[in-house]
Amino acid sequence: MSTEQEQPRIGVSVCHCGTNIGGFLDVPAVAEYVKTLPYVIYSEHNLYTCADDGLTSIKNAIKEHDLNRIIVASCTPRTHAPLFQYTCESAGLNPYLFEFVNIREQCSWVHMKEKEEATLKAKDLIRMGVARANLLEPQTEKRVDVISKALVIGGGVAGMSASLSLADQGFQIYLIEKEEELGGMVRKYYKLTPSNIDALEFIDNMVNKIKIRENIKIYKSSIVKDVRGYIGNFKVTIEGKSNENLEVGTIILATGAQEFKPNGFYEYGQDERIVTTIELENKMRIKELDGVINVIMIQCVGSREERIPYCSRICCMTAIKNAIYLKKEFDISVNILHNEIRVYGDYYEALYRKAQEIGVHFNKFGENDKPKVLKENGTLNVEIFNEGLGRIEKYPADLIVVSTPMVNISDAESLSKMLKVPLGQDRFFFEAHVKLRPLDFATDGIFLCGAAHAPATIPEVITQGYGAASRAAIPLASGYVQVEAITSHVEEAKCRGCGRCVEVCEYKALELAELENGRRVSRTNEVLCKGCGTCVATCCNGAISMMHYTSEQINAMIDAALSEKVGGGIVG
Amino acid sequence: MDNMFKPRIIAFCCNWCSYAGADLAGVSRFQYPPNARIIRVMCSGRVEPRFVFRAFEKGADGVIVTGCHIGDCHYISGNKKAEERMKLVRYLIGILGLEEDRFRLEWISASEGQKFAHVMTAFINKIKELGPNPMFGKIEEGTECQQ
Repeated sequence: MSTEQEQPRIGVSVCHCGTNIGGFLDVPAVAEYVKTLPYVIYSEHNLYTCADDGLTSIKNAIKEHDLNRIIVASCTPRTHAPLFQYTCESAGLNPYLFEFVNIREQCSWVHMKEKEEATLKAKDLIRMGVARANLLEPQTEKRVDVISKALVIGGGVAGMSASLSLADQGFQIYLIEKEEELGGMVRKYYKLTPSNIDALEFIDNMVNKIKIRENIKIYKSSIVKDVRGYIGNFKVTIEGKSNENLEVGTIILATGAQEFKPNGFYEYGQDERIVTTIELENKMRIKELDGVINVIMIQCVGSREERIPYCSRICCMTAIKNAIYLKKEFDISVNILHNEIRVYGDYYEALYRKAQEIGVHFNKFGENDKPKVLKENGTLNVEIFNEGLGRIEKYPADLIVVSTPMVNISDAESLSKMLKVPLGQDRFFFEAHVKLRPLDFATDGIFLCGAAHAPATIPEVITQGYGAASRAAIPLASGYVQVEAITSHVEEAKCRGCGRCVEVCEYKALELAELENGRRVSRTNEVLCKGCGTCVATCCNGAISMMHYTSEQINAMIDAALSEKVGGGIVG
Repeated sequence: MDNMFKPRIIAFCCNWCSYAGADLAGVSRFQYPPNARIIRVMCSGRVEPRFVFRAFEKGADGVIVTGCHIGDCHYISGNKKAEERMKLVRYLIGILGLEEDRFRLEWISASEGQKFAHVMTAFINKIKELGPNPMFGKIEEGTECQQ
């Protein structure tokens, strides 16, 4: 039904809600008052508008009085708007031509002892509703088709888990890995806990499962060069052995992390007896530990201080695991210097205890009293103020392992810009909501798992991989995404192309486009817009309007609220 | 102060937090004075400074904008944008010759029904103290903010 150029013909139903409204304000008087308002053709009051007879009454009124706007004054739109919108729709009226006025939660229930004032307020509120209803326009909820393929960026444990899960659900997957082999960071480890499995064996198991899937296409030594489009319709350019253009519906970012290289810490890089954890893992793998009797591990090197303030979560467990292997397989004595050991859960706590039992030493230093590495006649010694013993101690070392934090990959910044997804304060990729949407990005259709988000253990990474896969599968499985009808719209003639709306939009729904005459204007991508209206309030030129919440509608409500001194003002 | 003065208040509530907070105040039967007229917007970030000025121009004695707490915005950061914008609005209404206290920005969550009632009561009492909008009726026709 088109209402353009059609005069509004408004029907209003005022609800008693039993005694919830009717008991505290004069509903018949309100319904009578409503008839005096412009364009109101029909007004009624019901015991329960939401009951069958109330709904039928609305439907009949639409037909009998040829109504093109419906207002219900009752409870709250947050619970009942869908019901009344559906009723309108079933009577042939666009559901966006319905207006809700809240006279229960926000009137009768909060002014229970002021019947006269509450009645006046209800009249005001309905007058505001009528003012807005006059300006309502029909809206359509669009659907956008989704290409049922997904791109997974990063072929580590997270990316492989996500790919396998999506492939099992029958979708075509493109898996991009920048290295020559799949496996990511875990490929650099020696053995893994829990399970005591060789890291390479663990990775090969996963890789073999991936390789046999016909619906997973692997691109090794390849990177993502360009991403365009939006949920359901991403166009991705891959650069590698061959350059390819892919079209996918959703994207999973599983780019992992890298070990922080502690250049400038403890002569790392100048003395080859000072190594990082991953370098130690490699030494264990290739058995390059001849002549090593004492290993000292220093925890939190570079982390939990100004530059990298976070705890990297996995280093304590990794250090303990390595200490046990060094002790048991290589008969090497290990002393772990830490500022506090952070292990959690049953398994890792037990591992910590086991390390202590088999004779791994743990010594605590103070936060502002870091260990010193001393080179004396070519021998390495580590000096700490041992908090437990209350004195300075000196330990000899043949090998010093500095446990450094995980940091985001070097090309995180460019990926972040390309995908239009943010980085957090810790420079890792930043999820849409810390509690409610931990695997989503605010940008629709792009999901996150693994160490790209934060350092995590392998079981956690696999869980996240499965989780991200299931999030990414939702649009792929349904084949379409429903687009909000309430979106912003830029009037190009008024736009000066300043780009402030583009800056404030969290959903990257606005983009500057160049017209044929070279003028820059902003445009809304309706698929991405969530309808918050921040861009509208930001625009200096009034060039942006918000569907269903236009400035004209809100202005009309303000004017109507203040047009009569019915509800307030100086009386008497 | 004239006891008969009944302030007219315009309240902008975001759909996801403070409008829900207002609903909860109702469900919990927390009473507050009947002077506010709520306008529901999707986000406090939607509130244009123009809306506030218009309300004062049309005779509102007070205007309050409410949104989700910082960090809880349904649209990630709309409330932060509102905060920046509304700081300026408060400053500007001062320049226009209105008391800055006639305008208020508050964060009220969906679970803070009690807070909603408290904030409304306190704000309305404050406006009662300040008295009627001194500018109402003094602005010439046709000088309203044009787009």
